[in-house]
Formats: sequence, C-alpha cells, structure tokens
Amino acid sequence: MPRKEITSGNWAFAEAMRQIDPDVVAAYPITPSTDIIMKFAEFVADGKVETNFVTVESEHSAITACVTASAAGARVMTASSANGVALMHEIFPIAGCFRTPIVFGLVNRSVGAPINIHCDHSDSMAQRDYGWIHLYCEDAQEAYDSAIMAVRLSENDDILTPVFVCQDGFITSHGFEPVEYMDDDTVKTFVGERQAVNALLDVDNPVSYGSFAMSEYYFEIKRQQIEAHKKALELYEGIAREFESISGRYYPMIDCYRTEDAEHVIVVMSSASGAVKDVVDEMRDKGHKVGCLRIRMFRPFPVKAVAAALKGKKAVAVLDRCLSIGGTAPLVAEIRSALYGAGETIPVNSCIYGLGGRDFFPQYAEDIFMDLINGINTPEERYIGLLE
Amino acid sequence: MSIKIKDVIHKESPMTQGHRMCPGCGAPTAVHQGLMGIDHPLVVINATGCLEVSTTVYPFSAWRVPWIHTAFENAGAGAAGVEAAYQALKKKGKIDKEIKFVAFGGDGGTYDIGLQSLSGALERGHDFTYICYNNQGYMNTGAQRSSATPKGANATTSPAGSVIPGKLQKPKDLTSIAAAHHIPYVAQTTLHNYMDVASKVKKAIETPGPAFVNILVPCVLFWRIDPALQGDICKKAADTRFWPIYEVIDGEWKLSYKPKKRVPVEEFLKPQGRYSHLFKGERSKALLEQAQADVEKDWEYILDRCGETWEPAE
Repeated sequence: MPRKEITSGNWAFAEAMRQIDPDVVAAYPITPSTDIIMKFAEFVADGKVETNFVTVESEHSAITACVTASAAGARVMTASSANGVALMHEIFPIAGCFRTPIVFGLVNRSVGAPINIHCDHSDSMAQRDYGWIHLYCEDAQEAYDSAIMAVRLSENDDILTPVFVCQDGFITSHGFEPVEYMDDDTVKTFVGERQAVNALLDVDNPVSYGSFAMSEYYFEIKRQQIEAHKKALELYEGIAREFESISGRYYPMIDCYRTEDAEHVIVVMSSASGAVKDVVDEMRDKGHKVGCLRIRMFRPFPVKAVAAALKGKKAVAVLDRCLSIGGTAPLVAEIRSALYGAGETIPVNSCIYGLGGRDFFPQYAEDIFMDLINGINTPEERYIGLLE
Repeated sequence: MSIKIKDVIHKESPMTQGHRMCPGCGAPTAVHQGLMGIDHPLVVINATGCLEVSTTVYPFSAWRVPWIHTAFENAGAGAAGVEAAYQALKKKGKIDKEIKFVAFGGDGGTYDIGLQSLSGALERGHDFTYICYNNQGYMNTGAQRSSATPKGANATTSPAGSVIPGKLQKPKDLTSIAAAHHIPYVAQTTLHNYMDVASKVKKAIETPGPAFVNILVPCVLFWRIDPALQGDICKKAADTRFWPIYEVIDGEWKLSYKPKKRVPVEEFLKPQGRYSHLFKGERSKALLEQAQADVEKDWEYILDRCGETWEPAE
C-alpha cells in the first residue's frame, strides 16, 4: 500500500534509494545534498539495503567510482551539489560516452564565488553538454518519483545514459511537504534487476573501456550518443506512462499548465513553477489568458513539444535561474532556438531570477505577466528581484 | 606464493605484443613480469599515461583481460568502483569467480595528480593492487618533471641550464607514504630481477586488502639510454642503492636485496643522457658528491626501517 509522509526532497530521494537498493553508492558530502547521503548511510548501518556504500575522499572519486562500478555491471546511484558537481565535471563526459547508467540526485546550488549554499541552477547547467539526461523536479514528490523512473530510463538498452535528477537546493531539498511513497515491492518490480551489457566483470568476454580514439573515430562515437539521446526522447513517454500505471502520477517531458489557450506564457523550471502556477490561477480568475510551461526534461531538450506548446502565443518570458555571463542564459537560448526552428517569431523575453537563493515572489511572476500583456518586450536580459 | 618459472613461461600475458610502446620501454615489461605469476582472472584499471594510450589505440586493444581507463588522477577511485561492484554482485550471488583487481599508473598519475585518489582507496581497504610504473617524469607528454623525478635530472620543465643544474628537489618517498597507510602489503622494486618483480606483485595481489608496488622502470626515450640497456640500468639502480628493493608486510619492513659491494651512483647516472650535464663543467664533482650523499642518507633510512646493517665488501 502507498503511504504518505511529511518529508523533505532529500529524504524522499533517499527513500527512493532505499527502495531501489542499488549495488553501489559512492558519495561525498556537500551541502545541500548531504542529507541524501546521511539518510542513506543510516539505511546501510541498519541493514535496510544491501548496497556497497563507498565513502570516497572527494566528489571526483565519487563519480569515478560510480562510472567504473556501472561499467563493471552494478546498479549505481549518488548525489551531489554545486562545487562537488563542478569537481566531477571532468568525469561527466566520460560517463556519458561510456554509456554507463547512473542515477544522480543533483541538488541544485550556486557555484561560487562568492561562496553561497543556496539554490540556483549554475551547477547542473554547466554540465548540460556532456551527454547526460537532465530531469528538473518541481517538488519532493517528483524528486522521489523521478529517482525511480530514472533507473529505467538510464538502464534502457537503447538509451544507456546517466541521468541527473535535479531538485532545488533547500527550497525542495530541505522544505517539508507531503510525499506519497509506493510500497517497496512495487518499486522493486518496476525497476527490476539491472541486465548489464558489456560488463567489465564478465571476465570470459573481456572488454576495454576508455580507449584512445583519434580523429578517425572520435566523431562517430559522439554520434552514437546523439542517437541515444534521440532514443531517450522517443522512449520517455512509455516509461512515464508505465510509471503512471503503478503510481497514478504522470510526468510528461514538459508540464503545460493552462497553456493551451493562453496568450502569454512564462517558461520556468523546478520549484519556482509552483509560484508561477498560483499566479496563473489568480490572473485567470481576473480574465487574463496566461499559462506556465515548466521544462522538466532539459536534456535531451524536447524541441518539438516546446515549439508546439508555445506556437501562436503573443509573447513569452523565460525564467533562467542561471547565467551565461556575456552570453544568453541556457533555458532562454533553448526556447528561442526551438521557436526559431519552428518558424515562430514571437517575442521571447529573458528573465534571470533567484541566483544564490534569492527569493522568487509570486508578485514577480505577476509583474512579468503584466509586462507581457502590456506588450513590453525587450531583447535585453532582465534581472528579477535584483537590487540596483 | 612461490613462482616456478616452468609454470609461467608458456602462459599468455594479460597484455599482448603489438602494442605501441617504445622498444625498450620498461612499462610493458613491468606488466608482463608483474602479472606472469597470477592465476586469478584479472581486471585492469589504468590511469592516463603511456601504458594507457599505447595499448588501446581504438579500434585495437592489447588487453586480453577486462580493462578500464577513465582519467589521469583517479585510478585509485576507478579501482575502488570496480572492486565495490564486484563485492556487491558477489554478495548477491551474481558472480562466483575469484577476480583480482590491478591498477597501473605512471609516477605522474600516482605521485602527483592521483595521490589523493590512491590514498583514499588505500585507506578504505579495497581489495586491489596499485602498481606505479615509475619512470620518474611525465614521459607521455615529453619528460616534464614530476615529484618522482630525481634531483639533478634534466627534465623539460626543470631543464639543465647554464645556471640551474636540472631538478633541484629530491623525489617524494611515495613507497613510505603508501606504507604509512598501514595497509597489508607495500613493495618497491625495479626490473633488475624478474622473479623479484613477479613474486612481489603476486604477493600484493594475493594478499587480501589494498597493496601498493612501486616499480622503477626506464623510459628509454627520456632517460636517453640505449633501448637494449633496460635490464642493465635497472640492475644498476639496485646495485648503486639509488633504488632500494624492499617490501613492507603488515608493517614489517624487509630489505629484499643487499648489494655486495659499494657501487658509486655514477654508474647508474652515467649511461643516461638526462644526467649528462652532471658529468661536465666545474660543478660536476660537487653535484656527483651530492648525489652520492643523498643515496647514502636514503639508504640509511631504509636500513633503519628494516632493522638491517650493511657491510659491503671493499
């Protein structure tokens, strides 16, 4: 039987880890993801999982051990944040290219300087081009559910790609809210056992991982990763529907909230979408045709679905919780590209918000909607909640 | 754990011929000699370096056993991950074989950039063996100095110039650092005697828990020696006591080789082009005397740790 608990995003993710009971967890503590690892350590200490828990001496070693354990044939999970994610940067493309399934709880936090422990998306966004699937969760329930779904996505024979399950640091990771847990058997049946291909521990069929490939082969190997991402786009829906059949919860790649007949839309990711959706409801009550498009899957980016959802709107504002200093912020760049490719020339406004954990108030969303409604569009980046 | 040569002479090495290492290079010899006495199935973890790039030029691989390379500074963690997976899958009954794990890293990947990863893996007690094939510099990228490069050696980032006579610092004593982790087995050797290499690596691999073996191997290109002199130069490293041969078994230090005579370190240095500047000019005598004094001091340290005395024949 499912059961409900009041819990945090971190503990919900850890509970998913307990139910999945991966073969190997190699991890290193860093705020705000540490709770995941501490809670999981308790499960290990109390014999609630069979996992070989490797408490490494750095994030670099954590992700290295995850990659080699996955290559060995094990089911592998870990978690990290911010500077820890940055330290792992070198190994992420290796994990992507090795096609080693890993489910990674990424608790989003700004990357200093200045050193700051609170949420923005600069840690995961800096990893966006390295061949991982990126899922961004709105709340603790979604973080729990996504951890379980991600096992199937990551280990699918046609995908074989590591997955980041992102949640907002402190806002989601430490906020307490009701979460419905499935029973252990349901989760275990859904994730099944890993059926590894080309496992390093299959000593009768030796394989070499991490060869030296020069210009004659490198490009073709990268091309295979592109195909795997295309497969992920194709196969995601089936996995999401299967997950719905066991949980009653359905998570499409993009979450279209009252966008169908909307004239003005805010595009956003993760926890801030909660505030935007509330504002949508309030403004709808006042007769404004507004909507919220939440991007859940950022890699592979669902270009067609996004273009279809925004087609024919009068104007759009895209909220990035991340900078690309001197360039275009990551989410708005994707949205503009998707629309341009679809022949849409509607105004796409870029709004930067929430850096270093700066609060995002519902009033901000209302102000942004009112600017869209009043035809105030600008190609310039705007800064929401910045004191100037 | 003894090895009989007739038992191993016809065995296939885990690494084939036809790789792209230089003729005379000591690294493949260390692999062949070190692993020739091993009967268990092996998985090899390799740090970035000459051995890695030259044995796996895609789409070829010189490895007959499972092999993995991720990056430069993380062979210790890489081994930890594979070993952790093995223990987990064995516990669940998904694997029944007794598999052993061997990591190879050069001195750059071990003494320098990979030291933290190695230390972590040793401290956590993974059942694996780390072999440093130590050619005393970043030879894969063109002989830059590492913390294993000897004092006085000419390296491309510590070149012998008209003012500075090569590298000024003594190398780090990594074997002692590994031993300070109080792991079950640590050894230091060179390619002076293949049975010594084979038996030390066999002990390392068959001892449960982490083990570390530091094998001095020549880089013919950047030591600037005749490729035919691989064995000779290693013998000289042992005979001059430039590279003491010993092991540390459960904390007990044991000297493996005591040269009969006092052979001056010059005999090891002279055949190598990387030291040619030490044999020229007015500072030559002082630099060679310093090199000999360093050998004597380090030797005293090893004798002391091993509880040995040394009385060479005159």
